[in-house]
Amino acid sequence: MSDLFYSDIAFLKRGLKQKDFSSVELMKSLINRTNLVESKVKAFIDRDDEDALRQAAESDNRRSKNMTLGPLDGIPVGIKDILAVKGQPLRCASKMLDSYISPYDAKCIEQLKNAGAIIWGRLNMDEFAMGSSTEHSAYGTTSNPWKLDCIPGGSSGGSAAAVASGEVIVSLGTDTGGSIRQPAAFCGVVGMKPTYGLVSRYGLVAFASSLDQIGPFARNVKDAAILLESIVGYDPKDSTSLKVPTENYLSILEESVKCQKKYTLGVPVEFFSKGLDIEIKEKVYKAIEWYQSQGYIIKEISLPHSDLCVPVYYIIATAEASSNLARFDGVRYTHRSKDIESIDDLFFRSRGEGFGEEVKRRIILGTYVLSSGYYDAYYLRAQKIRSLIRKDFDKAFQEVDAIITPTTPTPAFIEGEKSQDPLSMYLNDIYTISVNLAGLPALSLPVGLTQNKLPVGMQIIGKVFGESDILTIAHDFEINHDYKDLRPNL
Amino acid sequence: MSNKYEAVIGLEIHVQLKTKTKMFSSAPYEYGAEANSLTDPVVLALPGTLPVLNYEAIELCAKLGLMLGCEIADICKWDRKNYFYPDSPKNYQLTQNEEPLCIGGSVEIEMPGPSRNIEGKHRFVSLNRIHLEEDPGKLSHTAFDSLIDFNRAGVPLAEIVTEPNLYSSDEAVAFLNSLKNLILYSGVSNCDMEKGQMRCDANISLRAKRTSELGTRSEIKNLNSISNVKAAIEYEIKRQTQILNSNHLVAQETRRWDANKMQSFSLRSKEEAHDYRYFPDPDLMPVVIDRARIKELKKALPESPLDRQRRYQKDLDLPYTITSVLCANVNLSNFFEKALAQYDSPKAIANYIVNDLLRELASNSKTGDSSLSIEATKMKAGFISELVEVVELGIISKQIAKEVFSEMFQSGKNPKLIIEEKGLSQSNDDTMIKALCLEAIANNPKAITQYKDGNLKAINALKGPIMKATKGKANPLVLDTMLQDLIESLD
Repeated sequence: MSDLFYSDIAFLKRGLKQKDFSSVELMKSLINRTNLVESKVKAFIDRDDEDALRQAAESDNRRSKNMTLGPLDGIPVGIKDILAVKGQPLRCASKMLDSYISPYDAKCIEQLKNAGAIIWGRLNMDEFAMGSSTEHSAYGTTSNPWKLDCIPGGSSGGSAAAVASGEVIVSLGTDTGGSIRQPAAFCGVVGMKPTYGLVSRYGLVAFASSLDQIGPFARNVKDAAILLESIVGYDPKDSTSLKVPTENYLSILEESVKCQKKYTLGVPVEFFSKGLDIEIKEKVYKAIEWYQSQGYIIKEISLPHSDLCVPVYYIIATAEASSNLARFDGVRYTHRSKDIESIDDLFFRSRGEGFGEEVKRRIILGTYVLSSGYYDAYYLRAQKIRSLIRKDFDKAFQEVDAIITPTTPTPAFIEGEKSQDPLSMYLNDIYTISVNLAGLPALSLPVGLTQNKLPVGMQIIGKVFGESDILTIAHDFEINHDYKDLRPNL
Repeated sequence: MSNKYEAVIGLEIHVQLKTKTKMFSSAPYEYGAEANSLTDPVVLALPGTLPVLNYEAIELCAKLGLMLGCEIADICKWDRKNYFYPDSPKNYQLTQNEEPLCIGGSVEIEMPGPSRNIEGKHRFVSLNRIHLEEDPGKLSHTAFDSLIDFNRAGVPLAEIVTEPNLYSSDEAVAFLNSLKNLILYSGVSNCDMEKGQMRCDANISLRAKRTSELGTRSEIKNLNSISNVKAAIEYEIKRQTQILNSNHLVAQETRRWDANKMQSFSLRSKEEAHDYRYFPDPDLMPVVIDRARIKELKKALPESPLDRQRRYQKDLDLPYTITSVLCANVNLSNFFEKALAQYDSPKAIANYIVNDLLRELASNSKTGDSSLSIEATKMKAGFISELVEVVELGIISKQIAKEVFSEMFQSGKNPKLIIEEKGLSQSNDDTMIKALCLEAIANNPKAITQYKDGNLKAINALKGPIMKATKGKANPLVLDTMLQDLIESLD
């Protein structure tokens, strides 16, 4: 039973059902594994093992009465420290919320609890999801399980590293400009950002409201599909949540194996030009060739406004963030500076002490682009370009079913390498950002390792609500290759 | 004011709408509840919470807009107004900067007439817009602490913005009275200024008479009574006049009115003005207004107070002195409508309401004014209809009716019951009245002569003693006929 921690959900479900092992045993296996590797990986900010074991015992109890709740009953799910879980810390990896406990559950957590899942741990991240390396956490940096001196990516670095290292079976992260897909690529796991509006944002601490989405991390496409399926759906508490019929992704995947649809895949020229690591380019091209060999139609396409994505993103995301993060002010539930002299002093010093460098940088940038006199030149213009970026995709999707790109321009980099150079850090998201700006679904799939044994991720971008398409396309590749079984040497 | 200048005034009025729950959360609101008892995670802006629009706020604001003749937008949007203040949980306020719900509109006002009994001139004050926004919480300061009550946070406010087309403090007062009355008629707010349900900011500038360009304005914040608005405007006109007379320039600034010192103080200059960094709220969708619903609302719109007043004067032939009192209070005029529906005698009913009812309300109110509301008493509209009816049928005299009125106000009993219990119905006992009549005729030969000479009113001198003898219960109609018959039979 020592390998339970690296098992997939289908295996675990079968085992739990056949009473080969209990949910408590599964949970203990994960706790043991975590106790063993966590000193190297440092994926967790906080974990309550007792509480997880209690939830596991409840699940076993339900199972013994034939009253299991849903597909995830008894399966532990790791949670990024930005999603509200009732009674648990919600720090967003910030000193600002050091002693804050959430009094309510996020919608996705409520859904997972209703499905019987075990909610475990607060996974590390860049503070308030701002960053691409998890170095901007006030609670220490997470390591890449494949190479401990490398960063795991970010902002959902803890969620990706925990899945890759067998600390959790699956986990939830959030993606504003690539924060699920980039760490998934760096850690060699599947990470998916759903269509904007598919998963309720209620209980996700907002970074950039018009870009944020919650999504799954898993070691294979099916597990990602199962986790996604349990968190989608319209939520009246989120006005941007959309009313769409929910799909059974898992059965779509199972059907697709019998009769694989041969999709038309677009390859955007702009995503394979300068700045792209040669090994990544090779791996992604090889994957594209494989698809072609299987009868998929490959089309070269153009997304002409791609070079504007990074600047547009850093205007819109920081503008929204500057306002979203204003509530952390030292007045109610946040860090409060001592010996303050006036209300302004309270604001300035509490925020000055509570926020880290990168968060302050983005708040200042966002405040600037919304300032009177600059609004039209920055924010308004960025919104106009955003709609052009959307139109680029609309046009491309008239010809193709999905788009294939590398997830990142480089593999995971060494800790500290880019933390002093925000611009080169921002360029890490160059291939993922446009997807958020257009509100599209996309996933990152492992497509092999570099010579340095670092994972390479391929991004598959879908149409609005094209989740089942990109899952199917990814699944077809995955089951015909061995990459999903690659494990870091910990 | 020096007659060189003309004041130009624009007002911004915040009105709390009477929704059951707050504008973006399901937390309820009521004035005076225990501090911070009416909150929820959304109101407190806990991390991860999101606003969800309460459509009732849109309905009430649209109704108000229709009442004020505004155009209702097809789509309205939400913007964030960013500023740090401890009473604002999110440190931004959700408001409608770019696309308000109601556009334009006007309020008909009546300027004070030459005397209370004479109708003043009417004119229309145009509005710029009405938009919705969230009320912040409430701060209170003790010697060492500042306390925040978030109960009020998130209550929907309709902000009514006038064009700068008021020209004196009197006009501003007339406007506010009219507006307040219109809102009370519409039923969307209670407009109780003492409870902060209606607040006003005033923008004031001066310009040389017979010029059209606007001067530099100052804005006076948070005026919480109509008399404060009047005083603040008058103070500001004086202050700006002095500045202009001494050849200085008025500074564009925001000022705070101190009602105790009866002075305003500079709060911040134009340079120190907040940069609110407005931008569209990404958490809320634009609201598409249901045109069919707007049509329904428009159809069901209540009558405006001045329209009602005109109708009373024209159709019911009531005098201005009565209608101006009746229509100035929506409860009073609705009470009148109810009574009128039960017995069609507008003049008599209006008289009872404006004279007797108001007097009772005033003398029974703790504060001594007529602010005691009818709802708080045992009085019912039907009582007045019934009372007028029994008087007109001759069952009781007007004299007795006064007594019945007081009794029904105090006890909440209907007039017929009171008349029966107290035996107040008029005596129609012919033999007794005839005896009294004969006695009166014998005692008043002079009046009889006058009557016979054609002065029909002289007969009234005979009635007094009879009424006195019957304690007012002699039926005046019976009495009249009998006296006439007896006098004529003397011949």
